[in-house]
Amino acid sequence: MPEKILEMKKLVKTYIMGEEEQMVLKGIDLDINRGDFLSVLGPSGSGKSTLMNIIGCLDVPTSGTYYLSGELIRDLPEVDLSHIRNREIGFIFQQFQLLPRLSAQKNVELPLIYAGVPEKERQARSAHILERVGLADKMNNRPNQLSGGQQQRVAIARALVTEPTILLADEPTGALDQQTGHQIMALFKELYQEGKTIVMITHDADVAKNGSRIVRIVDGNLSEGVYNA
Amino acid sequence: MLKESIKMALENIVSNKMRSFLTMLGIIIGVGSVIALITIVSGATSTVTDQVASMGANTVTVQVQGTPLKQGLTQGDVNKIAELSNISGIAPTISGQTTVAFDGNTMDEITLQGKNDVYFENTEDVISSGRIINTIDTENKSRVALIGNDIANELYIGKNPIGQEIKIGGIAYHVIGILQESDSFASADTNSSVIIPYTTAMGVVGAKYINSMTVYIADEALADTTTRQIEGVLTKAFNGDEDGYSIVNMQSILETIEEMTSILSMMLAGIASISLVVGGIGIMNMMLVSVTERTSEIGLRKALGAEPKQIQLQFLIESVVLCLIGGIIGFILGVSLAWVVANLIGTSFALTASTVLLAIGFSAAIGVVFGFMPARKASRLNPIDALRSI
Repeated sequence: MPEKILEMKKLVKTYIMGEEEQMVLKGIDLDINRGDFLSVLGPSGSGKSTLMNIIGCLDVPTSGTYYLSGELIRDLPEVDLSHIRNREIGFIFQQFQLLPRLSAQKNVELPLIYAGVPEKERQARSAHILERVGLADKMNNRPNQLSGGQQQRVAIARALVTEPTILLADEPTGALDQQTGHQIMALFKELYQEGKTIVMITHDADVAKNGSRIVRIVDGNLSEGVYNA
Repeated sequence: MLKESIKMALENIVSNKMRSFLTMLGIIIGVGSVIALITIVSGATSTVTDQVASMGANTVTVQVQGTPLKQGLTQGDVNKIAELSNISGIAPTISGQTTVAFDGNTMDEITLQGKNDVYFENTEDVISSGRIINTIDTENKSRVALIGNDIANELYIGKNPIGQEIKIGGIAYHVIGILQESDSFASADTNSSVIIPYTTAMGVVGAKYINSMTVYIADEALADTTTRQIEGVLTKAFNGDEDGYSIVNMQSILETIEEMTSILSMMLAGIASISLVVGGIGIMNMMLVSVTERTSEIGLRKALGAEPKQIQLQFLIESVVLCLIGGIIGFILGVSLAWVVANLIGTSFALTASTVLLAIGFSAAIGVVFGFMPARKASRLNPIDALRSI
């Protein structure tokens, strides 16, 4: 019996645009088990960014329930949400979102600072994880001294370093050329094989195919897709 | 966390050198001018009060203008004052003009002063050689004299005047000492003066009255009470006519000077601190720009788990560090300026610990006050909007 780490039931998100209410997510039911590599495939405007924000605890649902690691995510104070994000979620962004003034290692250490990890341990863990993503010799480089693929590897290391419940990737290959994109996807697959839980949001069906399971989101509704072997 | 924030703040300041410097300039000028003014004024104050105090902080000076009925004080009046409590001594002064002569040579328009032993006990460096007028001279109305430098040089060419005779107003006196040479700018030119015991002066020169006196007070804390008692005696002596005399309490003069200069220095510092406020607004402006520029950084930090409080602290530390650096530079400039000014106008230069604390405290406070709003703005950014703003 696989362990369920994420459970959404009848999840609705509406935004108020002026006087009109706009329903962006229209009753999403979604379960994710530990070790899944889920691709959420959808065109722009489908609500996939909103879904990502809710999974990532950057936003909370209007109605319905969302359990992450058994905890109900609702309209909590921002302090609590920031702790949950720090503990549960490893974000990977399309534009990498590295701080330009910090070295690769310092960038990776950032979430550990907010987790209150002491400096010595931060250095050891960030060095170890950068080695894992193949950047052992680039630890002291700043982002602008790295290629796009290397920058995304630093971002992946930063997401991995806190050992979060879910790696949440938003168009992780969107800013990369095709070949580099393949390399990043190969790394994702390796991580999946190591047992990491990955949720990847993309509009690209070819990229989505890398997941072990694909769901489609269209106009705020989710439909289960195929399971990859 | 704090260490990281300070480090990041310094990195940010260094990576925006020009902008950081221009922003700090307001604080540098503000702190610099406040510190310079306070230091200059307090140096000048202590110079002035030292000078006043050197005249004797424990003295009450009585000047007699006289009235038609009573032209000055008598020995009897002086004795009444001497009987009051808390008085350690009275130095009356009689002044007049006279002629001096020795061995057929005469000098006109010589200032004659009658003084007593109390004056010499309380005043330093009156004579350059010989001895001072002592108690016995005063009591015996001795015919002894201290003579000024010019008189010694003109009348006693090639001789030591001490032990010689001098004719003052036609009467022979014994020269016992020579007065310290005074520079030409001194208010009382003693070079062409002679000083004799005031008791002698009252008998001989025809001076019937005492023109002024300095009353020495034993306990400075009771100076005001004693001053009032002296005033009581004087009022009685002049039959209630207060125009006949004036009385000055040195202690109260000192207090007045200190009060005035502290008001002055507070006023000046207040005016100068307007530039501190302007500097603070500059800091606030730069921090707001910084928050806007780094919106996506703030969004990222929040996504990675930064609490709003931590974001606020980070920006607050940046503004405080910026202000402290500006404050330290301003402090150094202000103190240097004060030092230069003190040397130019010849007042004393003193740097107190409170000035240092004031500078540091003020700049840190400005950092907190003017950094608060931008930092709060940063901490309240919605992470989704912030991340989107790439």
